[in-house]
Amino acid sequence: MFSPFLKATVVWSLIVCSLSCGVKKDRLPLAAASLPVSRPTGVLRVCADPNNLPFSNNRLEGFENKLADLIANELGERVEYTWWAQRRGFFRNTLKAGACDVVIGVPAAFELALTTSPYYRSSYVFVSRKSSRLHLASFDDPQLRKLKIGVQLVGDDAANTPPAHALSARNIITNVKGFTLYGDYSEPNPPARIVEAVEQGTVDVAIVWGPLAGYFAKHSRVPLEIVPVSPEVDQPFLPFVYDISFGVRRGDQDLKDRLEQILEKRRGDIDRILADYGVPRKDTKGGAI
Amino acid sequence: MYGTRGWYYSINLAVLCVASAFFFSCQTNPREPSQNAQAVTSGNRVQSAPTGANVTSAEPEDGRWIMPAKNFASTRYSGLQDINAGNVSSLKLAWSFSTGVMRGHEAAPIVADNTMFIVTPYPNILYALDLTQPGAPVKWKYEPNPSASAQGVACCDVVNRGAVYADGKVFFNTLDNHTIAVDAASGKLLWNTQVGDINKGESLTMAPLVVKGKVLVGNSGGEFGVRGWLTALDANSGQIAWRAFHTGPDADVLIGANFHPYYSQDRGKDLGVASWPADAWRIGGGTTWGWISYDAEQNLIFYGTGNPGPWNADQRPGDNKWTAGIFARNPDTGEAHWFYQFSPHDLHDYDAVNEQILVDLPIGGQTRKVLIRPERNGYVYVMDRQTGQVLSANPFAYITSTRGVDLNSGLLLYNDEKKTEVGRVVREICPAAPGAKDWQPSAFSPKTGLVYIPHQNLCMDAEGLEANYIAGTPYVGANVRMYAGPGGNRGEFLAWDPVKGEKVWALPEKFPVWSGTVATAGDVVFYGTMDGWFKAVNAWSGQLLWQFKCGSGIIGQPISYRGPDGKQYIAILSGVGGWSGAIVAGGLDPRDPTGALGFAGAMSDLPDATTKGGTLYVFALP
Repeated sequence: MFSPFLKATVVWSLIVCSLSCGVKKDRLPLAAASLPVSRPTGVLRVCADPNNLPFSNNRLEGFENKLADLIANELGERVEYTWWAQRRGFFRNTLKAGACDVVIGVPAAFELALTTSPYYRSSYVFVSRKSSRLHLASFDDPQLRKLKIGVQLVGDDAANTPPAHALSARNIITNVKGFTLYGDYSEPNPPARIVEAVEQGTVDVAIVWGPLAGYFAKHSRVPLEIVPVSPEVDQPFLPFVYDISFGVRRGDQDLKDRLEQILEKRRGDIDRILADYGVPRKDTKGGAI
Repeated sequence: MYGTRGWYYSINLAVLCVASAFFFSCQTNPREPSQNAQAVTSGNRVQSAPTGANVTSAEPEDGRWIMPAKNFASTRYSGLQDINAGNVSSLKLAWSFSTGVMRGHEAAPIVADNTMFIVTPYPNILYALDLTQPGAPVKWKYEPNPSASAQGVACCDVVNRGAVYADGKVFFNTLDNHTIAVDAASGKLLWNTQVGDINKGESLTMAPLVVKGKVLVGNSGGEFGVRGWLTALDANSGQIAWRAFHTGPDADVLIGANFHPYYSQDRGKDLGVASWPADAWRIGGGTTWGWISYDAEQNLIFYGTGNPGPWNADQRPGDNKWTAGIFARNPDTGEAHWFYQFSPHDLHDYDAVNEQILVDLPIGGQTRKVLIRPERNGYVYVMDRQTGQVLSANPFAYITSTRGVDLNSGLLLYNDEKKTEVGRVVREICPAAPGAKDWQPSAFSPKTGLVYIPHQNLCMDAEGLEANYIAGTPYVGANVRMYAGPGGNRGEFLAWDPVKGEKVWALPEKFPVWSGTVATAGDVVFYGTMDGWFKAVNAWSGQLLWQFKCGSGIIGQPISYRGPDGKQYIAILSGVGGWSGAIVAGGLDPRDPTGALGFAGAMSDLPDATTKGGTLYVFALP
């Protein structure tokens, strides 16, 4: 699986907190953080992908860009970006290298960052053309055995996207078209190709992470149907629902506390931004799906 | 240029025996500087005669080192013998040079025209050092300035395995997919050809090989969903002459009328399509980031292909050709002659990119033209290089993932109990994902008849699920933890008898032995350790004869050359990094055992043993 020198990177572990808190053992004390925490005054330094809508881009069009503005505004600071493609090595080269102080979207309890309480929970979804009236909701729907299915792939062997594993576990193989999650970075928003394939009819259904699907479906020329997958946790233990938080450097308890205060105070505005971008929500506060 | 000479040279067996006997009898009792590593000798190897092996395409020793593997046969054997088992204990540092780069240094220095050429990891600076001047000052440097615009797109590691010299030119690759030719005398750019696209996840980390006026390079990036290839560029113009893909239709793979694989499972039309579901081959992996050898007599190159990806194993039923195997091709046209798949439907990341050493060995009462492959899956394959037949495949490491190789069918016999699946705990998968041996190339001495194999001794547990995050999207993988295999040593340097198919001696090392090695006519073999010891051992016994502590851990490839002053020198780049050393070079958190795809967990004490930074060390006798 790991072509060492390209492969040789880091699989950044995280915890799906809503589902597995307590599964991980031996959490180490925060005091042992690798870098001293020192934030410049008056500046909120954010690391983000310059080409990955709906999350972020360097034209500041993503919902994470809007959230960065909201936070900076509350802190009385201005946003300063370090742009870095959000791929393997992202956290090593950005947050951990001291190039920034916050990453706007990270899974809750991500191991290599100190994470705030989550601000949204989303799910993998089925994306199909409304006109095809598939009304898929479950991986066990027999229609999946004959439809052309798009799924995103990353890594190989035992490392892959949850829907890739769910399909192969059901022996749904020959009718699956793979899209690399990395895509072609010279094109805008490379992970979006899979939703365009549904739009264009190259595939009948795509199984995609909610925020990505929600945003591009919203801007699609043909009406698309978005339905969260079920089960939420597939056997033996394969979650499709994830909590997302802000991430700061380990040891930066002060910034974490301030971000959580802002989360509380601006809850309504944050929900509005997420709704504007069509983020399908699984948490009670959002309730979009 | 060297390929076009076309001559073929075999070292006479009788001469070899006499020479080796002479050198052994001349040997003084070397002092033992340290007992850091102890030789484990099986059988009385020291006194025995060589098994008798002729080196294919060997050239008379000219004192140069013009390609990382030394020669087309990839022996990494130096005919120089001024430094020998009797006097190596007085080896001293002659000069050193800081590259100014902090990442993992895997390259072999190249020596030609009284100049040493070294290429650094990203940003891939090519230095020419003037060997005629005291202290070897910089003659020129060439900075290709690889793209930094798409930072993070070429994620991961940034190693470079070396440059190559041919016909007054130096050729090297950059991480962002440029193959570059520079005038060796002036450092002036001759041509620069982009051969891949970093935006699609491709990168270049291998050293090129120049055969008959063609520069051969291949891509990295299998887990990004790239489609692997090998391509040939015209050495004079940089124009692409041919490209052979490693998945897809025969026309793309350059499989035609002359393709005659030895085993039936490799015969058939368009197997690069048919051995995959639907269109899975289009993003199927099978990259080329390792080593190429060349046999001038047969006019064939030999090289391996990486593992399949980015599909998980269940999603790609079939043999997934032509990944994780070896091709023999005509270097002029790229046309495939044979193929053998080491790991059909690979389950454990056993890329087949390792070196192949071309020798003639006495097997079954006759001399066979073979290639020797110490393979990632833990077996040393001895193959007939004319046909692709596997003559033997014996384990050189502890293996649980497979049960052996069936020599009749050529098939690797998998152990189903060790198959990794999401959500299933699988313990003690050996070798671990980096294999029993990764890219680090071995050497062969025609004097001892032994192959010297630097490698690792690691097993892994896939302990259920680990969620990960990329490009704004959560995904999951096995929570891989690696640890030392039986014996507790994570690395080993061993001598292997390719005729008997057995280990002769082995030196356990604390860390994986991630460096290359060089064998010399002076009966000394050199290698380096990840905690920075550069070692000389007796080629016959493995006895430690000398060692020097370098500034950083060693993952480079040692070489031996004759300087303009007529003296023999030994050179090595130190500078820890690579997959195994990412915990130091990449500053990974030692508390996270799953970092570097589980490798960091096995290396948590490396940061205590070494620090990063690239330095060249050159040694000579006083």
